[in-house]
Amino acid sequence: MSDDVTGIVVPLRLEYHYTPGVAASRFLRHIAEGNYVGQRCPKCKKVYVPPRGSCPTCGVPTDEEVELKQTGTITAFCIVNIPFAGQAVECPYVSATIQLDGADIGFYHLIQEIPYDQIHIGMRVEAVWKPKQEWGPTTESIAHFRPIDATPERSGGTIG
Amino acid sequence: MPRRSEAEARLADVAVVAFAQSNIFGERERNEVEILMPVVREVFDKVGLTKNDIGFTCSGTSDYLAGQPFSFVSALDAVGAWPPIVESHVEMDGAWALYEAWVRLQHGDLDTALVYAVGKSSMGDLLDVLSLQLDPYVVTPLWPDPVSLAALQARAYLESSGKTEDDLAAVAARAGRKIDTNSDYIASPLRRHDCPPITDGAAAIVLAVGDRARELCERPAWISGVDHRIEQHALGARDLTRSASTKLAAEKAGASSGPIDVAELHAPFTHQELILRDAIGLDGAEVNPSGGALKANPLMVAGLERIGEAAQRVIDGNAKRALAHATSGPCLQQNLVCVMEGR
Repeated sequence: MSDDVTGIVVPLRLEYHYTPGVAASRFLRHIAEGNYVGQRCPKCKKVYVPPRGSCPTCGVPTDEEVELKQTGTITAFCIVNIPFAGQAVECPYVSATIQLDGADIGFYHLIQEIPYDQIHIGMRVEAVWKPKQEWGPTTESIAHFRPIDATPERSGGTIG
Repeated sequence: MPRRSEAEARLADVAVVAFAQSNIFGERERNEVEILMPVVREVFDKVGLTKNDIGFTCSGTSDYLAGQPFSFVSALDAVGAWPPIVESHVEMDGAWALYEAWVRLQHGDLDTALVYAVGKSSMGDLLDVLSLQLDPYVVTPLWPDPVSLAALQARAYLESSGKTEDDLAAVAARAGRKIDTNSDYIASPLRRHDCPPITDGAAAIVLAVGDRARELCERPAWISGVDHRIEQHALGARDLTRSASTKLAAEKAGASSGPIDVAELHAPFTHQELILRDAIGLDGAEVNPSGGALKANPLMVAGLERIGEAAQRVIDGNAKRALAHATSGPCLQQNLVCVMEGR
């Protein structure tokens, strides 16, 4: 008999002027110049990239900047097969955590230029930058990472 | 069931032994962790402790202010959480984090706690953010901002008490605000000087138990009573001209069992200080020597700062008995009272 109220629509929109912080801002400015720069903890000596301004283990500021090589090692990866809204890369693709040489934590990026069934933990990779005119204060300045000296057999599906 | 007096006798003696704070107007570059880190370091340095000496850590922050989920997890980077620490968080002003830490220390197995709060109110539109704490079905869709709601309360208070806008201006003047009674209303009867400044900030307190507190601080601010009470969510269901929850919390915290030398009241709007004075009864006490929330009002932090400011008066030997008050929600919906004393 009654018309149940089963829902209401309340549009909400909040805008924020987000600041990445001093440490992350410095990291992003270095990226815009083509450099990967982490920060070293004065206490435990770990090198963090991207740096967050503090050592989450020791709870102390990390002021010393350390320029890192643009080569590293895959520490974990996954093959993404499911499309979702806003996806920037065509499926299937591989996302990975990569530990740059000289860094103590991994960070996230894409692996391309290799069949995905040949990617493995421990694989050596290097950064592939976009054309210089496309560099900016964003990790998207790096197009992806690719294997170093890889001679992939074209057996599986290729990506990238 | 034990009689209350016996239960009270078993309470652990907990004291504020150190306090640090940082209030900023319009932080440009630092994020929450970078604002908080020097404050945590300062409070540790005051008592010569490190994170490894702390038994329990509790924080107060808000994801709505930060604009990202689980922001309190990244805030822990300011403390350092390895080896893993015992930690908890309240999505409330840090004063309630202090309450949780006080309860945790009652268990008797730990003797120190770190309490901190951080809030970067300047990042979003604070008026919109605070509208989201209201009833989501029938109030928030109208987006009433907190200044307008406070003005409803102020109007009701002036009408019922016989106080005037000049009485409100006098509160602002004591808080060090520049008074202009000819300025336009923000929301009648409230003018600019009746409203708090948008403030970023962080605060931290170290709590310690019994002999440990005496080791760390020459004159600890012993918490002799602490209590918090909440009223109805629906604004129309409350008598906005009085603060029944503050009155009850003050009674339960034992506010009236001796003279109060100094009181720090968390009153973001001028008329709220008058309502709080009525509720607690503060004859002869110095009120808000810090300037209170009218001087600096970092959301999630300003209540903890009231406890810290009051405790510091005791620690410095300038007060024998001090009262601190913190509020949360629109129009003084929820209130905490903490009474501290030097011995």
